[in-house]
Parts: sequence; structure tokens; C-alpha cells
Amino acid sequence: MSIFLDRDTKIIVQGITGKMARFHAREMVEYGSNVVGGVVPGKGGETVEGVPVFNTVKEAVAETGAEATLVFVPPPAAADGIMEAADAGIRYCVCITDGIPAQDMIRVKRYMYRYPKERRMVLTGPNCAGTISPGKALLGIMPGHIYLQGNVGIIGRSGTLGYEAAAQLKERGIGVSTSVGIGGDPINGSSFRDILEQFENDDETDLICMIGEIGGPQEAEAAEYIRDHVSKPVVAYVAGLTAPKGRTMGHAGAIISAFGESASEKVEILSAAGVTVAENPAVIGETIARVMQ
Amino acid sequence: MDIHEYQAKEILSNFGVAVPQGALAYSPEQAAYRAREMGGSRWVVKAQVHAGGRGKAGGVKVCDSDAEIQSATEGMFGQKLITHQTGPEGKGIYRVYVEAAVPIEREIYLGFVLDRASQRVMIVASGEGGMEIEDISAERPDSIVRATVEPAVGLQEFQCREIAFALGIASGMVQQMVRTLQGCYRAFRDLDATMVEVNPLVITGDGRILALDAKMTFDDNALFRHPQISELRDKSQEDPRESRAADRGLSYVGLDGNIGCIVNGAGLAMATMDTIKLAGGEPANFLDIGGGATPERVAKAFRLVMSDKNVQAILVNIFAGINRCDWVAEGVVQALRENPVDVPVVVRLAGTNVEEGQKILAQSGLPLIRATTLNEAAERAVAAWRSDMKTNSNLRAVQ
Repeated sequence: MSIFLDRDTKIIVQGITGKMARFHAREMVEYGSNVVGGVVPGKGGETVEGVPVFNTVKEAVAETGAEATLVFVPPPAAADGIMEAADAGIRYCVCITDGIPAQDMIRVKRYMYRYPKERRMVLTGPNCAGTISPGKALLGIMPGHIYLQGNVGIIGRSGTLGYEAAAQLKERGIGVSTSVGIGGDPINGSSFRDILEQFENDDETDLICMIGEIGGPQEAEAAEYIRDHVSKPVVAYVAGLTAPKGRTMGHAGAIISAFGESASEKVEILSAAGVTVAENPAVIGETIARVMQ
Repeated sequence: MDIHEYQAKEILSNFGVAVPQGALAYSPEQAAYRAREMGGSRWVVKAQVHAGGRGKAGGVKVCDSDAEIQSATEGMFGQKLITHQTGPEGKGIYRVYVEAAVPIEREIYLGFVLDRASQRVMIVASGEGGMEIEDISAERPDSIVRATVEPAVGLQEFQCREIAFALGIASGMVQQMVRTLQGCYRAFRDLDATMVEVNPLVITGDGRILALDAKMTFDDNALFRHPQISELRDKSQEDPRESRAADRGLSYVGLDGNIGCIVNGAGLAMATMDTIKLAGGEPANFLDIGGGATPERVAKAFRLVMSDKNVQAILVNIFAGINRCDWVAEGVVQALRENPVDVPVVVRLAGTNVEEGQKILAQSGLPLIRATTLNEAAERAVAAWRSDMKTNSNLRAVQ
């Protein structure tokens, strides 16, 4: 199965006429993703990268049957774009945009809860690299060729650190079922816990790799969930051992502001829940290979 | 982005929060004049720096005459105030706030934060005002009252009343407390704050509720829609390297070590710093040049890292995905040709076209130390830093 995506998932790109969005839409098509359209208000009727552009997400859904969207809208309008997708009946949304105001994200999350669970959109990101199910589909900006198809599920906050892990796995001939970026923002669509639940229920995933970092309660929340509900082995790495307290390390959410938010505390909490922690980012692949045997 | 106490008080006051009478001064003479202008017989002068813990550090003084104000502030202006939040370098005092002293009967802690667990705005209050929230949580956790705000409807009056009663506010003053809480929340929401802290909020002998101190932090990502807040930025309170980086669109945090880092992506940047530490070195900085790693950004990054005089070696770690390694390598070579550096540089490239990238580095003729894995890169950077320490004088003389 893999999670969220398969070969046929119909994908649209919001903001597809932008330079970066257009580039990544082409990359996704080349990877084999089923991109069926784009949405840019006022540009309905145009064609970009061989797919039709619509004025609204509702129109795109009605015309193409789109189920998933990649939001590539600039920060001031990105929250609006996510809510538009949720209202149009999109099932899965990845938001790449970095720099969305935190209070906009609070409103987005509140807005999504107005829909009953069976038709509520799943959001991953913002400020993430996207989701890929190697060999099936890419919904994001990651370089597809560094992922081998396989049975390791990856959940990470950081883009390039996730690439590092995937490349280390590929070097050892280990593949990935799905890799999901949950993003580096303080208020995000899905947490580690949310994606762990998906991987636990996915029969193509045999091991889960979690790449966390300083700041926020989501790694600790994940540890509790793993202890009580996850039967598959989990390997983790937490970045930011050398990060000072109270300073934002690039990602808006990477800041130690409370107890349990430093890398060493998170490592301790995860280890206590039975997670195998790689103490060094260079040995993530090696650690996974060891646990798999 | 942080602002000064006097600025936070002016903002909160515009949202209906009562504050003591006060005025800003840029010199000791002006501070004394402000007190005379204000009238009264007792004042508090407060150094305006972006840090807590000012009282203990000598940045807050109670004065009974304008002459006393003049001499007290003469010892403040132009000095660095070192508090437990500023680090050993301290923060410069260039502005002083003169405030009419008020008769304090009770001190309350009041904070509004973005709570990441509930993903909502949370109010944190305690009857143990004047103490820092970390200390209250450690010593008197039972004194803390919390409430979260439902984003669709905002902070409700009943929630404010509940907080007021839980803090033991007298019935006759509950409405004042409701107005204070509503004012802080509206300021938080309307101006995209990430933190509003009033510590202490005081109840005066004459039955008023006043914000005696105030601190506000704003969401950098929302400043685009609050130009009047952006104007309050005070660069004198920032690390000059960090403000220079921010002006160039780079994300930089200065640290105390000797190995400068240039990395693409925040997570990989933190992971690189960790690896340096595990290899026995200390990182000099966090620096994320962004996913793209364009030659211009690499060049800017070298200049920025080298502006830190403690840097004795540089580690460049780029994972090239969409941007191929050969392209990134050309950028590194170009940046180093245009801005030669006199410390050893270790370059580790990974990702697309890594062999071509390595070849470009090897053929450049530059004295680069190459590495393939993250561990190797960190070990070589630490070794280069150690040997550079020994041969530093020779090397620099030759160059």
C-alpha cells in the first residue's frame, strides 16, 4: 500500500504558474506522478507543463477528480490556499511554503476540524520537502532518484537531513515505502504521532525512521504513542545537540523553550519508549540496517 | 522579533491595558527632565534592553529626586547590561524609561504564548508574580492557572473571570482584570505576537491593576503585514553578525566554537554541528544557506563565517538534490577564488552528480580538503582546526 500516495493519485499544484512551482511540477511529472492540473486564481484556461490551470480548487476537483494537492503559494496567501483545498474536498495536501505566520496556521487547523473525520483533509507541512512513495509518486520537491523503493517509512521535519538519511539507506541497498516531511514550523498539519499511526497500519512498511529536532512537544508525544501502539521497530535521530537554548535554529519551530525540548532530553524520552536512537546523523543508515537484521 | 518594554507598554495601553505613567529618555539630563515633567516624588528608571533579569543586573533603580535620576542613569547610558539572558557580552543601554513609582500590594505573573501541544494561544497566570515562569513552574506549579483560546471565537469573558477568581482577585476588581486579559489577547492576535508577558502585573494599594513590566515578541513571518511593528526593530540589541545575515536572507546563529559551518537546510545544519561536536570540535555557528545553495549564497556565506574572528576552520556540507553537486562545486570554487580565506576549508558534497562535483573541487587547484561522508568531513575539519592552531602563524605568514 504505502501511505497517502500511489501511482494513480490525481494531483494538482496550487500556484503552478510560479517559476519554482512550474519546475517542481515538471519534476513530479517526470518522476511519474499523476499531475492532472493546477490552480491559480485568474489564470484559469491556461496550460502549464501540459496540464490545465483552473481558477479555483473546486473547479479543478470537479473537472479532474483531483485528490491531492501541492501548495506552492507565497506565505501571505498560503493559509487561504490550504483552506480552499480542504473545502473543495481534497483528501491529501502537502504545503511546501516556508514563512507562513503561526497564527494563520492556528486558523487553518481550526478550520480543517469543521469537516467530519471521514472527509477531513490530511495536511503535511508547511515548510517541508513533501512526500514520496518511491517508484510510485512524488508530491514534493525532493530529488526522487536518491530514494530506493522498499520497506522503511521515513518521517522527518527537515528536508536535506531527510535526503541524507535516504541516501545513506540507498547506499546500503535499503529502500523506502514512503517518506513524509512534516516540516519545521511550530504549528504543523500532521505530527510524528499522526504519521506513525499511518505507518503502523501500512503493510508495506516494516521499520519506521523518525528524524526529529529541538523544539516543541511532538517527539515526546510520539515516544508515548510508540510505547503504547507501535509494534514495528522505530529508529530515530534528533538534530540539535549543540543548539543553545532560546535561539531559533533556522526552522521557525526549532527553538528550545521548555523542558523536554532539547535534543538530549528528546533522545532520552525516545530511548525510554524503546526507540533505537542513532546518536550521530552519519550512522542513521547503518543503525537502520542493524535493526533490520 | 523583540521590542523594548516601553514599546510593549504603549502597544498594550492602546489595547486597553492600564500601565503606569512613564516617559522615555536618551540621556541622563533628559531622564531627570522627564521626571520633573511627570511630577511626583518617587520614580523608577529602567534600562531598555531586549532581555529579562534587568533588576538583578542593576538595570532598574528607584530614585527619590531628579538629581538621583541623573546620577543613576549616568551609570547606565552607554554601558552593557549583563543579565542571565544576555550572555557574557551583555546588551548596550541607549534608552532609559522613567516611570512613576506605584504602591504595590500584590504581584501577578501573566503570559500569553503559542502553545505547541494544543496548537492554540495559551494564557498562563500565577499569583507568584515577579518570579520568572521557569522558577514558578519548578517551585510553585500548583499556583499556575492555564486557559487556551478557541481560535474561531477568541478569548471569552468567562475564561477571563475564571482566571481572575482563580488568582483570588477581589470581586470589585474582576472587571479590570477581564479588560487587562482581553487587551493582551487582542494585541497578541491583531499584531501576530508569539509572546506577551506582563511580569509583574500589579494590584496597587489604591485598587488599580497595572502592567508594571511588559515584554512582547512578534512572529517574524507576519511582519510583512505589520510595518508599524517592523519599525520598532532595534539593531543595537542584536548580534551584529546575525543582523547582517538576516539582511542578506541567510539564517545564522553565532556560537562560541572555532569551526565555521556552511550548510544547506536547517536540519542538516544542526546535524553537521552535532557531528563536529561528536568529533571533538566546537561549531562556531549555525548557518543555513537555503535549499538552493546558489554560488552567490555560498560566497555570502564565506564572507559571513569569516567575519567571526574565532573561526579557524570551515566545514561546507551541501546535499545537492535538484541542484547538482557539479554546479554547487563550481559555486564553492568561484566563491573561494573571489574571496580567498586563510583557514582550512573542508568540503563535503553529497547527492546528485557527486563524482563530477568532487572532480571540479580536485582540479580547482585550491587547497581544499575533501570528504565524502558526514563523519569524515567532521573529523577532517576538527583535525584541520587542530593542526591550524599549531601552524597558524606560519601559514598566515606564507599567505
